Amino acid sequence: MTKKTVLVACGTAVATSTVVATAIVEAMGDRGIDVETRQCKATEVPSMLDGVDLIVSTTPLPPNLPKPAIVTLAFLTGIGRDAEINRIADILRA
Amino acid sequence: MTDSMNTTSFLSREDIFTGLTARNANEVIGQLADHLLSRGKVRSSYRGAVEERERTMPTGLPLEDGLAVAVPHTDPEHVIASGAAVATLKEPVTFRSMDDPDKELPVRLVFMLALHSKEEQLEMLSAIGGLIQDNKTLQSLCEAQDSGQIYADIDRYLKLGG
Repeated sequence: MTKKTVLVACGTAVATSTVVATAIVEAMGDRGIDVETRQCKATEVPSMLDGVDLIVSTTPLPPNLPKPAIVTLAFLTGIGRDAEINRIADILRA
Repeated sequence: MTDSMNTTSFLSREDIFTGLTARNANEVIGQLADHLLSRGKVRSSYRGAVEERERTMPTGLPLEDGLAVAVPHTDPEHVIASGAAVATLKEPVTFRSMDDPDKELPVRLVFMLALHSKEEQLEMLSAIGGLIQDNKTLQSLCEAQDSGQIYADIDRYLKLGG
């Protein structure tokens, strides 16, 4: 399987997206899915989509994005984390 | 007890406030931002930037058992050195939820972050991330009367994460 790219977005592209990106790389690695992450602000997402397979954001995203997108706090709060990991893995394997 | 070098540089006991009184989110942000300014961690523009960011992109996080925390922060340009200020609130204060700004959360615990660069604060963020996923510890932190207990818990997570 080729390397997948996940765009991780939050409000400032510094704090929460760093925590989320680290968690996604680790969780996908455990499932044998090779991912690289890029971080940006939620408002920058529409201009950052080149080569991106999935967007994961902790804040609301602009509407009508042409790529699969998930808004979740699971990687920050731990609530529903396993379900989100499975959802992300399914999208990246598709 | 030897403190981790990283905790010491990011956070010291004087950065932790227990039983803070505030009527709303802006009052919490103002008190903690003024503290970080007096510690030389942030620029004078920081307070307004965090207030504005909280208004447009809130940082409340809903946790288990109706508990909620907030992690107000802003862009690195307003920050001089990475750091944090932590407060437990005497009475819950309403913050709005990060994933849905229409959702209001009763917040008891606030981690205000002064974020300077991505690499620098990863350990601090991981420690706070681990801590807020530990509901039992979090419950006891909300009731803590002593800043030393909060400091010790954050330090413990920093060591686990590191």
